Formats: sequence, C-alpha cells, structure tokens
Amino acid sequence: MKNEETVLSEREKILARVREALKAPVPSPVSHGHVLPPAAAYPARQWLPKVGETFDDQLALFAKNAAELKADFQLLNSADEMCQALVRLRDTAGWRRVAGHSGDLTNAVCPALNLPLLRTDRAYDVHELEACDVGISECDALIAQTGSVLVTNRSAGGRALSVLPPHHVVLARREQLVADLPAAFELLQQKYAENYPSMISFITGPSRTGDIERILVLGAHGPKRLTIFCL
Amino acid sequence: MSTFAAQFLKHARVMSGDLRHRKIIRTALGNYEIARDQRQAAFQDWQGARQLAAVIKWEAVNHLDKYLEQFVAKLEARGTKVHWASTGDQAREIILQIVRDKKARSIIKSKAMTAEEIHLNDALEKAGLNVVENDLGEFIVQLRHEAPYHIVFPSMHLTRGEISELFQRELGSAPTNDPEELTMIARRVLRKKYLTADIGITGANFAIAETGMISITENEGNARLTAALPKTMVTLMGIEKVLPKLADLALFLPMLATMGTGQQITCYNTMYGGPRQPGESDGPEEWHIVLLDNHRTELLADAEQRDALHCIRCGACLNVCPIFRNVGGHTYGTTYSGPIGSVITPHLRGLQDWKHLSNASSLCGACTQTCPVKIDLHHHLLQNRRNAVKGKPAFFERLAYQAFGFVANRPALWSIAKKLGRLGQPLQKLVKGSALDPAKAWTQTRDLPPQPKESFKDWWTNRK
Repeated sequence: MKNEETVLSEREKILARVREALKAPVPSPVSHGHVLPPAAAYPARQWLPKVGETFDDQLALFAKNAAELKADFQLLNSADEMCQALVRLRDTAGWRRVAGHSGDLTNAVCPALNLPLLRTDRAYDVHELEACDVGISECDALIAQTGSVLVTNRSAGGRALSVLPPHHVVLARREQLVADLPAAFELLQQKYAENYPSMISFITGPSRTGDIERILVLGAHGPKRLTIFCL
Repeated sequence: MSTFAAQFLKHARVMSGDLRHRKIIRTALGNYEIARDQRQAAFQDWQGARQLAAVIKWEAVNHLDKYLEQFVAKLEARGTKVHWASTGDQAREIILQIVRDKKARSIIKSKAMTAEEIHLNDALEKAGLNVVENDLGEFIVQLRHEAPYHIVFPSMHLTRGEISELFQRELGSAPTNDPEELTMIARRVLRKKYLTADIGITGANFAIAETGMISITENEGNARLTAALPKTMVTLMGIEKVLPKLADLALFLPMLATMGTGQQITCYNTMYGGPRQPGESDGPEEWHIVLLDNHRTELLADAEQRDALHCIRCGACLNVCPIFRNVGGHTYGTTYSGPIGSVITPHLRGLQDWKHLSNASSLCGACTQTCPVKIDLHHHLLQNRRNAVKGKPAFFERLAYQAFGFVANRPALWSIAKKLGRLGQPLQKLVKGSALDPAKAWTQTRDLPPQPKESFKDWWTNRK
C-alpha cells in the first residue's frame, strides 16, 4: 500500500517540475505580428458555423441536422399527439419492456404505452435495463447548430438509460431549443452553477462507428435508433 | 544508427512499395478529406477558430500548475480520488493497486492513447486480469495482438475480409463481409463484458479546471457504458489535457470532430465531474483519476517546442502527411505516429534513439497548416534535427561539411573542384548505386542531376 505521504510527494514533485519548466516564458500566440487579446475577449461563437436568428430558422436547422444524422425528429402539437406517436412507435417496433424516469413529460406520456415501466432514476437492476427495448428520457436542451440533444444524469434518468437500450426516445419541448454550443454551455452554467450533475452528455444522432473500412454503421454500442419527439 | 532507426528504415522500405496498403489508406483518407473540408467550410472562419484554440491552449499549458491544482481541488471536493504518476511504471502500479484493492477480475477499457503509451494492458494481463478493449477498432487490433495503426482510426489498415476472418478465428462467428454484421458481432460479445466487468478504464480528451470535469469524445457509446456500468471507474490522462473553462469545449468539441473524423461533432461528448453523487441512481461508486507526467514536463521545459503540448490528438497531421500515408502507422514503432509523433517521441523516449523520425519528413509543412491548435510541427522537426546533431555530431558528416566549407571559401579550389566534378560525373554514372559509388546511399534510388557544361560564373565572365 502506498501511504498518503508518498502520494502527496509525487504530486508535489510533478508540480515542482511544471513550475521549474514554466520559468522559461513563451510569448502568447501572435497573429500577423500582433499579440492577441486573451481568449475571454474573443468568443467562440463568431467562428463556429452560423445559426439563423429566428426560432423558425433554428428549428429548421435542428430538423435538417437530425435528418443528416439519421435521427428521427418529429414536431408534435400536444401531449395527446405525443402519446399517439409513442403508441405507434410501440406497435411498429414491437416494444415489450420500457425504461424511463419520472419527469413532467415522461409522467404525462409514458402511461399511454400501457407497458410496465422500469424506473432508472432510483436504484434499478442493470440487467433489467439491458433487457428493455427502449429508454425514454427527457433532456436539458436541443442544439440547433449541431442537432444534438443535451442530457444530464439528473434530467434524463441516470447515466445508462440513454445509452444501454437499443432505442432512445427523447421527449422535449420547443422552448428547450437553443441556437448553438456556446448557448448550451451558458444554459448548463445557469441551470447547475456550483452543483453540476456528475454526467453531462451531448448526444448527436444514434450511436455509430466507421472503424471497418470507414463505412458508417449505426448502433455500435449505444442505441441503433434515436427518436426525438418535440412538443 | 539506433536499432529503432534500422527497424524504421526496413519497414518503411517494405510498406512504401506495398501498393495494396497504399490503396486502402488512400480510399479511407480520401473519404475523410471530403468530410473534413465540408466541415471546415461550415465554420464562419476556420482560421479564426484555430487562432482562438491556440490562444486557449497557450493559456492552459503556460499556467499548467495553476489549472491542474484547480482541476484536482474541484474533483476531490466531489469524492474523486486523484493520483499523480511521474512515470509509466508508477501509473501502472497505481492502477494495479486499485485492481487488487477491488479484487477485480475483469476490466473493460475504452480507447485511451495514454494507456498505449504506458503499455497498461500488458501490465494488467501479466497480473492475470482479463482486459477487453471496447472501441470497435481497438477491439479488432487487440484480437490481432497488434498496436493501433492510427491514433483515431486504430484498424484503418484492415479490410472487412480480414476482420471477418479474424472474428471467425477468435470469436467463432459466421463468415460475413457486411460491416454492419461485423459490428453487431462485436456489439454482442462486448455487451456481456460491460455487464460483468468490475472496473472500467477510460482516457480523457479534455480536463476542465473551472468545474473539475473530464470530457470524453466518442462515437460508439463505448466510453459512456464504461463510465456507467462498472462499480469502479479509472481514468488515465496526461497532465497537459487541461482547459481553463467549461465553455471552452464549445470550440474544442467541434474542432476535434472536424479534424479527427470529418464530423461536425461526434455522437457522444460527455463530461464527468465525479463518481455517483448522493441521490444519483447509477454510475461508479468510486472514481480514480491518474494524472500522468511521463516526460511531459521535459517537453514543457523546452520553450521552443512547448506548443507540442497543445495537441488534442485529432490525428489530422497524420492524415495529411505524405510520409505517414506511404509508410503507414506501424512503421513508426511508436505510440504516437505521424508528424506529432515524430516531434514528441524523442522527448518521451530519447532523442538519439528516435531522431530518425525527424529526418523522415519532406518538411512540406502540411502538418503545420492543418493543425487545429497551430503547433509549429515542421519547424519542431528541424529543431529536433539540430538538437540531435548538437548532442551527438556525426563525425564523417561534419568532416564532409568542413571540407566543403574549405573548398567553397576558396575560388581557385572551387573552380578546380567544378572541373573535376564535370570530369568525374560520367565515371560515376558507370558505377551508380553500386558498392564502388561513393554517393551510394543517395544514388541507389535517385539520379544525381548532371552538372551543366558551363557554370554561371564562366558564363558571366565570358558573356559579350
């Protein structure tokens, strides 16, 4: 066993080497001979891919990105429509076992499925979750710029629900749409500030791999299908 | 010549004549280039994004002590156990100790180049543990008992036919040439491993000082499962991975995806800030982070090449490198190949043993031009060459240059040398490339340009 002292000393040794190394200064990167202002004065948004300003532009961009990513994105007008869409999906995909968590949207919609629901926002058996046909979760945001769904383990039923079952269904609301990645990080900061969830994930389309001859295959380890229902 | 250099030359000679290998790599990288260019073009200003990325990385690396302490304090406050390792040996011992404490038998591991760097799997297997790589490409090369071919695409050098044969032999699966079926075979095998593994090991793409988080970029969901299911999670990362702020990821996540795989952003980009917290329903009960130095502080001390620690391991410089594309990833014999590997390996494993990598370059600068964090790669190759010569001058080379300098500084001698050269060249042609040729090393694969009949100086003197 290593005692506390040797652990601490290794930390100190490394930090001492870092400080010694940094005694030789390196000038900040320059552009065309001018020293640049610090990063804070120089936000990422102006360089990243452009996003339209109106809500409709952003919604259209999200839908376009989702389609390119092979995610199924559907806009619905009421909780009833969302129930019907979910029931249709249940019937076509032949769901028998469903996992989800407690939330405003999930509680309003999941009972329509008429199937027993494995709750993952409290202690659960991972083998039972693995046997489920679908995981249904809410989210923190939809990101127009990238077509991503932002989830955390607090808002979306833990770490495994959105990645272990072969199909992930996201229930979202239009007002959760944000323009771009910087806006998503601002939202995270405002919402969680000093008490962040232990997992935050940007999910962008169903799980994929290109490791065999760079050919796209969906469902490498995570869900083969990603469905986003937006109210 | 070091044995590593001899190996490199031997393999490079074979691989650069292997047309089948070149075709596979050309096809794979051709598709990548199209996607990468599209994604770059979608940025409002790619050069502005690179400049900002370089500024952020400069800030982090040049205040590394401050950001590391902030990162660690935040992590420890939420119950993460942080370990520090000066060497690969120490890092392996720390991880083995965790494994022994947990009485673990099976380990699932998501892709981590740092683990390749310290040969972690070898150490775990020697201790009698079952370690399974769960990134598809890593899983494939692990079954072949091979190192990853490329830091982002580990199995880029293999065809579906070879992978099918491998799966039939190692996993007893049915023959198929369909990439989807092959992927599903691996999915089924690995699913069982996730559910039974005692420990999950991951790497980290970024570490966030402000909030005490790591960020993992992936496409398959393998890292997400590794960080969700096993009771104990271990993350091994280099100390240089730190970024100051969480919001910096808004820039780095899309840049890494653009240059790494030609995607706008990869499928899963996940930030972890601790083990399972009170009130959370799943995730590891314990999380250990091992911070690895392993000669990184020596690179940090080299002010000239410090920016090599900005590297985000996107692999873009490998993909554009004419040397990498011809000799292939395994020829390097290093964990990190391509231009960035040639720059940093001499720092990680010794300059005199690995200086040959800095000579295996046309200095075309394609790497420097493509690097998303603006590492001055091809100049660093030149600096490595200079440092290698300074450290251990080559006797005959120095003698030859001194002789050249002596002659070139004396016009009379120079004029005689020119005449002798003009006479000698036809004779050299007779023995070109053979044992009798004094310039054999050069001329056996190249032609010496013929000396003109009249030199510029003669022409200038004789002009009317």
